[in-house]
Amino acid sequence: MRHDHIISAKQLSRGDIETVLDHAADIAADPGAFANRHSDTLLGLLFFEPSTRTKMSFTTAMKRLGGDIVDMGSVESSSVKKGESLADTVRVVEGYTDTLVLRHPMEGSAKMASEFVDVPLVNAGDGAGQHPTQTLLDLYTIRENAGFEDLTIGIMGDLKYGRTVHSLAHALTTVDARQHFISPESLQLPRSVRYDLHEAGAGIREHTDLDEILPDLDVLYVTRIQAERFPDESEYREVAGQYQIDADTLAAAKDDLTVMHPLPRVDEIAHDVDETTHAQYFQQAHNGVPVRMALLDLMLGGDQ
Amino acid sequence: MSDNDQQLRVSKIRNGTVIDHITGGQALNVLAILGIDGTSGDSVSVAMNMPSDRLGHKDVVKVEGRELSQDEVDVLSLIAPAATINIIRDYDVVEKRRVERPSVVEGVLECPNHNCITTEAEPVDSRFAVGDDGVRCEYCDTIIRDDLPAHILAE
Repeated sequence: MRHDHIISAKQLSRGDIETVLDHAADIAADPGAFANRHSDTLLGLLFFEPSTRTKMSFTTAMKRLGGDIVDMGSVESSSVKKGESLADTVRVVEGYTDTLVLRHPMEGSAKMASEFVDVPLVNAGDGAGQHPTQTLLDLYTIRENAGFEDLTIGIMGDLKYGRTVHSLAHALTTVDARQHFISPESLQLPRSVRYDLHEAGAGIREHTDLDEILPDLDVLYVTRIQAERFPDESEYREVAGQYQIDADTLAAAKDDLTVMHPLPRVDEIAHDVDETTHAQYFQQAHNGVPVRMALLDLMLGGDQ
Repeated sequence: MSDNDQQLRVSKIRNGTVIDHITGGQALNVLAILGIDGTSGDSVSVAMNMPSDRLGHKDVVKVEGRELSQDEVDVLSLIAPAATINIIRDYDVVEKRRVERPSVVEGVLECPNHNCITTEAEPVDSRFAVGDDGVRCEYCDTIIRDDLPAHILAE
């Protein structure tokens, strides 16, 4: 596999996905064997939005491959504050590093930035657009727990603005998963994602109530509903409350249901779920390291 | 009344381009897309809502002193799919062309998604892939199906 840039889950074929996941499994089984793989490599981190997991796991991944990172730091302390364009920022930083990771609040930012640089660029989230490396670690977690064969998955929460959902839904079409989308009507999938799923031959099954479909699911992927999507606090509380799960909710689920969440959670998964065998969201977050190690290694030519 | 009579109504041009069979009411959008605003000093004639056998009503635009290329006129297919292009030299029509639907249009439409990077002060033009039933932003994936003229970029 060799992509110059990783911008969208839509560019990943089933073969690409399996290649990354297989490589991630090899790395997870024996991380020490990859410790000096890229000892001269510098990864540039350009995070225009706050991030904990994505930024730290990319940092960890690069360091565990023997390389190092250069971090732009917060927007407040950078030249962006002086009005520098994104196109200029990436053209400057590509001269310092071997590859770039970008998170930016606007849709299409990663694609545009990639047009201005020669080093490989990875999209770590562009507004409500895409988050392909989250998708790869999600797929890794799904494959480890439920497998891709005859997979039925429910994706619940903010499907309109959730970039992890947009990336994942498209990638799941490559493994022919049955996808159920559970959300309030105001936060259903956007038109562009529906179009892509339709083009990929996937049926869209939408629900406003988890109970309708929970017993059929192999995987339940929960996302956060944010207060700022609603006109007022009381409406948010009323709607969000209908999309929270706890251990009692899961009594109706299959024994081997896998519950996932891209994190951070607020209160959409109660803490009593953590103690159940369903909970895989912390392992899911941990999987970000081997998966991002695998992706960086493959992008940097480590498979040759 | 023949088309030629109608063209005479807004005067013949000696050299340039006549864009005929424009969807009624779209002539000013055609000029906007082509970046023709009269500042070059060349004559520009516009006739709007002329009777047409084929379209019911049509607009006609005549641009003196400028021969439009196929690439320039193809973008007009988004708002005037029936438009015909006549290249005029010394009062004669030397070439007749139709507009063809391009696969991509750049710098013509404004993305309606205010959170799209192309709406920011970045050195990048908007770019839309043209499909059978709409256009799609190549940066943020937003689809526009209806009322394309409302999304034409203001100069």
